Amino acid sequence: MTVQTDRIERDVLIAAPVERVWELITSAEHMGRWLGDAGAEIDLRPGGKLSLSWREHGTHYGRVEAVEPPHRFVYRWLAEIDAQEEPTPANSTLTEFMLTAEGDGTRVAVAESGFDGLDVDPASRGATFASHTRGWTAELDELLGYAAGTPAGR
Amino acid sequence: MSTALAGPEPAVFAALADPTRWRLLGMLGQQGAGTATTLAAKLPVSRPAVIKHLGVLDRAGLVTRARNGREVRYQVQPARLDEAARQIAAVAAAWDRRLAALKALAEDDRK
Repeated sequence: MTVQTDRIERDVLIAAPVERVWELITSAEHMGRWLGDAGAEIDLRPGGKLSLSWREHGTHYGRVEAVEPPHRFVYRWLAEIDAQEEPTPANSTLTEFMLTAEGDGTRVAVAESGFDGLDVDPASRGATFASHTRGWTAELDELLGYAAGTPAGR
Repeated sequence: MSTALAGPEPAVFAALADPTRWRLLGMLGQQGAGTATTLAAKLPVSRPAVIKHLGVLDRAGLVTRARNGREVRYQVQPARLDEAARQIAAVAAAWDRRLAALKALAEDDRK
């Protein structure tokens, strides 16, 4: 059995046309509302700069990787909050949006990948998770659930 | 929420991304503890290969090792595994929240 910890995939069906959803996903005005909550900036072309801000924890900077309207949008963002170096597989993850028409609506699939390749100092990330008493087998099951693509709440 | 990219522990994830190491963890969990010899006896890989895999798990903090006479016994370190699972869950949950917000925004705009 192989465990997939490198990639996380989620999707949602939205009752709006593909073009409309594309606009919401790729315009700074809207990204700053649903993706971040304190604004965003984007130069929408491959290689263009990107930043997404959250009131509570700062800004993630990144780079646009692919723009194929109205179906595919890909960017890299740095794992470390407020860092501004050039994104590489060692310091950033890749996020890919795929939009497909489904009936009158749009299926939005998002995949974030590249976690296994991250080489970021854990201490610099500011995220600490207290351990708790749940049995480790439950954690294995949880990881296997993600690996099988059937995460809870799907 | 601090999960925009709540950095998953890279060494842990890389260590988990291997089927043999995953089986080793499962076996250690069931048995409580094990040595390279006892573990290798139940796997289609050599003892040196098992030692190498255990070394990766050890460096990632997923197992602990204790010398017992001439043998080294390995045990699962649940806290680290727990943390990795939580981090994956946190990233996935963050995307669920964002997609729900996107859906609300898109569907609201149509009214």
